[in-house]
Amino acid sequence: MARHKERMTEALWAYAFIAPTALGLGLFYLWPVLQTAYFSFTEWGAFGGHEWSGVDNYVRLASDPELGRALLNTFTYTALGLLSIPLAIVFAALLNRRMRGVGVYRTIFFLPYVTMPVAVAMVWRWLYNGDYGLINYLLSLVGVDGPNWIADPGTALYALVVIGIWSSIGYNMIILLAGMQSIPAEYYEAAALDGAGPVRQFLRITVPLLSPTAFFVSVISVIGSLQLFDLVFVIAGSGASARANPAFPRLQTVVQLFYDRAFVTNDRGYAAAIVMLLLLIIVVLTAVQFRLQRRWVHYA
Amino acid sequence: MPRRWLLHTVLIAASLVMVVPFVWQILTSLKTLSDATSVPPSLLPQGQWANYGRVFELLPFGTQFLNTALMALARTLGQVLFCSMAAYAFARLRFPFKKALFGVILSVLMVPPQLFIIPQYQIMSDLGWLNSLQALIVPGLFSAFGVFLLRQFFLSLPVELEEAARLDGAGPLRIYWSIVLPLARPGLVALAVLTLLWSWNDLFWPLVVNNDPGKMTLSAGLASLQGQFQTDYPVLMAGSLLASLPVIAVFVFLQRQFIQGIAQTGLKG
Repeated sequence: MARHKERMTEALWAYAFIAPTALGLGLFYLWPVLQTAYFSFTEWGAFGGHEWSGVDNYVRLASDPELGRALLNTFTYTALGLLSIPLAIVFAALLNRRMRGVGVYRTIFFLPYVTMPVAVAMVWRWLYNGDYGLINYLLSLVGVDGPNWIADPGTALYALVVIGIWSSIGYNMIILLAGMQSIPAEYYEAAALDGAGPVRQFLRITVPLLSPTAFFVSVISVIGSLQLFDLVFVIAGSGASARANPAFPRLQTVVQLFYDRAFVTNDRGYAAAIVMLLLLIIVVLTAVQFRLQRRWVHYA
Repeated sequence: MPRRWLLHTVLIAASLVMVVPFVWQILTSLKTLSDATSVPPSLLPQGQWANYGRVFELLPFGTQFLNTALMALARTLGQVLFCSMAAYAFARLRFPFKKALFGVILSVLMVPPQLFIIPQYQIMSDLGWLNSLQALIVPGLFSAFGVFLLRQFFLSLPVELEEAARLDGAGPLRIYWSIVLPLARPGLVALAVLTLLWSWNDLFWPLVVNNDPGKMTLSAGLASLQGQFQTDYPVLMAGSLLASLPVIAVFVFLQRQFIQGIAQTGLKG
């Protein structure tokens, strides 16, 4: 009987401990997901009222050229952004040793990740400026006449990819470095005894044993890239002024289109359908990555 | 040793690529507009410290700074408290529906945040909280990620101390407060630093709920300038530097715990 009472008290304490989080997550996170799913089947009027419209929004998704371009941009950005991972592996390997200044290097690489994305975007906008930007100035020194990077449809998206890689490389590097440090030193010692040099050790030991970490990094960077917003919002803007930029169709991402529909044009039902599609894309791409990992990820 | 020399050359070159945008930002922030826009650009600054004062004329910068700081601190304290309470229950206490409840929390972790935003906005609007500090803070007090992170951390702590305390008659509240929390300091610091960073830098939510310049955060305030004051880049550079400086300072100061926290949790904001 006393035991039973003790168990009851423990359970009551547990529920009390969980209560704030459960209520908060329920009200602000779980219920909203269900509501968004419901909203995606509704049509919103100008003053906030909404009525059931069946699958209309989803039919609209399929034939919206602006969404098509936003998807293409987002996928291109995501795919090219993965280049950050091999670069991060190389730098993690170079910094995975005791040497003078290793902490300084790590800090410098990590700085862009910590810096406010809005500030990062402002700085790069200035660097990319066609007339006064540092990049075109440096190019002019070698006789190249650089384009107006973020206003030129041919370069705008790639300019964005460069910022994305620049700001994520330090973050990816830290996670990969943590993965490298869990590889037993004996493997390298044995390889060195067998006469393997640093490059061979890197390719034969580090790369395969690091593949689970690299897989993890690639999953989260794909999820993160698909949600790109801050950078584009500052680089390209939104609304009418943004549309004046000839490169805008090459810059707009899915989440930015969602922002525009939900909070600029108040087309919330359609916006809800856009993020439901985003959820689907994330689930599918993550599942594909989990399937593909059998081909390249080695678990020790 | 030539190999060491080569290694440093590669690393210094890469570091320059990482650092040049910041240096250019600082140099530009100290130039006059005409110097910043001269062709070819003048490389050295002229000590235009007045640009930093102009930031406060262009924006209610002090107020926005305070809004950002209050939001980030409140979210951080809230998350560390609420997440650690829930995480302790999930890591150590026995109760019915434990697995199911934890599964529900994990499911929140996997949903992209854009799916919450329209209904969250509706709730804020219904409560009359648009353009308020509460709107910036309240939804951010709760975090599935924080519960998950701290639960992992609590599971790795030795149980012996807790068992000894229980034999001495300590209840769950006492064990949580005087044993688990002090032991879990590194985990709590990791969550605190991450929450602080993500809150400080957050753009989407502040942009959506607060559009009155006096109620905005720094990132939304700065973003509101783009397009409008395109030409005054030296002032924009000064403003964006001031806005990102506090988190950079926290990072440099707590670098070790911070990087450890990131490496352990591996999640992106």
